Amino acid sequence: MTAAIGSSLLLALAVLTVASCAGRDTPARYELGRAATPQEIAALDIDAAPDGHGLPPGHGSVAEGAALFQQKCQQCHGANGEGMAPAFPALVGRDPKGEGFAFANDPKITKTIGNYWPEAVTVFDYVRRAMPHTAPGSLSNDEVYALTAHLLAANKVIAADATLDSASLVRVKMPYHDRFVKDNRRGGSELK
Amino acid sequence: MKRRDLLAGAAGLIGGAVLAGAPNAAAGQQRVPSSTPPVLPPPIPDDPTKLQGAPTSQVGTRSTFVTPTRTPYGEVTGSSLTPLQDLTGTITPADLHFERHHAGVPRIDPAKHTLMIHGLVKRPLVFSVADVQRFPQVTRTYFVECSGNGRAAYRDPKPDMTPQKVAGLTGNSEWTGVPLRVLLAEAGVEASASWFLAEGGDACVMTRSIPLEKAMDDALVVWAQNGEPLRPEQGFPLRLLLPGWEGNTNVKWLRRLELGTRPWATRWETSKYTDPLPDGTARQYSFEMDAKSIITSPAFPRTIVKGWWPVTGLAWSGRGAIRRVEVSTDNGRSWADAELHGTPLAKAHVRFTHQWKWDGTESVLLSRATDDTGYVQPTRAALIKVRGLGTDFHFNQIVGWRVAADGHLFFHGES
Repeated sequence: MTAAIGSSLLLALAVLTVASCAGRDTPARYELGRAATPQEIAALDIDAAPDGHGLPPGHGSVAEGAALFQQKCQQCHGANGEGMAPAFPALVGRDPKGEGFAFANDPKITKTIGNYWPEAVTVFDYVRRAMPHTAPGSLSNDEVYALTAHLLAANKVIAADATLDSASLVRVKMPYHDRFVKDNRRGGSELK
Repeated sequence: MKRRDLLAGAAGLIGGAVLAGAPNAAAGQQRVPSSTPPVLPPPIPDDPTKLQGAPTSQVGTRSTFVTPTRTPYGEVTGSSLTPLQDLTGTITPADLHFERHHAGVPRIDPAKHTLMIHGLVKRPLVFSVADVQRFPQVTRTYFVECSGNGRAAYRDPKPDMTPQKVAGLTGNSEWTGVPLRVLLAEAGVEASASWFLAEGGDACVMTRSIPLEKAMDDALVVWAQNGEPLRPEQGFPLRLLLPGWEGNTNVKWLRRLELGTRPWATRWETSKYTDPLPDGTARQYSFEMDAKSIITSPAFPRTIVKGWWPVTGLAWSGRGAIRRVEVSTDNGRSWADAELHGTPLAKAHVRFTHQWKWDGTESVLLSRATDDTGYVQPTRAALIKVRGLGTDFHFNQIVGWRVAADGHLFFHGES
């Protein structure tokens, strides 16, 4: 065996080794699935975030929302949003006992949009995706803005003559927004 | 009347009750008529060696003498609890694994179901269920626990609570699926992404925001549980599995993952699944389940006699593996290390046993878990001090069973 043949054999062996390693390694991609079209994404991407991302065009007034609520919501949530426990939660009630944010001390205090929810946009997002109970996802964007306006006004968060659209909804600050804190539990010996 | 006839009659009654109950259980769902009439259990002979047994069957059934059941409550939006007192080992049979859902169990055709990944990715993708199943798969054992598990026993412990009532919103299974980071790599995660939204295909289109670190760590997209496809109640055909994190984040009927730069503040992570604290704040995005244990046998409503008993139960932690379980038979005055069955797996139930000789005096049995971060399961009083009685989720207080002098056991939740 000449040195040249020996070295080309070694090279071939090295190439084979690299190739077989690459075969066992995780490839960058498996080439599975297909591209999602913008239309497909738009059809499912209905989430709205507190910074306004995802809020659609449209608008609705408190008065329009109040009328819609009587038509589509009050049979479960009550005429004044008092709810029917435990299946249909109370929606309205801003510190009914003047209790502040004392939920940890008294399990009987009912959580409502007005006394607990930290973000106004959440009302829009949830009503849009999940309500009404008998026909989830059936409301138009204008109807969802109107119902959001009604619920926020009933909780004395916005004025009774307000109209909401994406810009005004993002500006609504919920009364107890600043009470929500990050999880500080880290395991170990300290009980939190 | 002979004993044989009595037993046959009882078996017939059980069978009849099951049949009578079936249409109610299926109410509101489309019922497919069965082509073969249900077969009643055969009579039970005095001597089973003198009679040919039952033929083979397509699907096995439990003995008619063994009837573990979940305890469903709530209509549509409800829960059903795992009968912990009826189970041994650590794997929860899939049909007894607890259920919790907020808009009922959807019926989904797996041939039509898709999983979309979009947002801050280089290539937005749609996967069929078959696509997902072609990625490299892993099988791992993890518990799932609803973060409301134990609320009733924490707020208002009562002597007539069973293990199922006290802690039945947990189950432990062998899950098969693909690591989420593999699916995300296929779509190409943008450097700016730090959170993702997971969305389910049920009637409330359930959504939770999850830090991207969890996807890169141990998150899975699973399609099988304990060797068979997921059951509808557990998310068929696809569910997110976030080991050690509160049950609600393990989004079932998973249909969409959107990558972004901040959480979405969905209803479930704001008005629900947040923890009010005595200082007037509420802890949000509190994902990890704290270390916990419960003696599942003996327990209410059983009665024991003097002599040796295995005091056995389950322990788990959302932060890692259980390092130690201690059992007390004297209401916490002294503790002994229980035997752990096998090497505890991270974020999975481990079975423990402490062999105990009851001498006929009133006793209180307690268990206390320690995980591998050094976290020790707290007493109820200690937990109330830091969380308040009205806090809403994450209950892992020490619980146990009082043994009365006559051998009756009662829930003991006040330690």
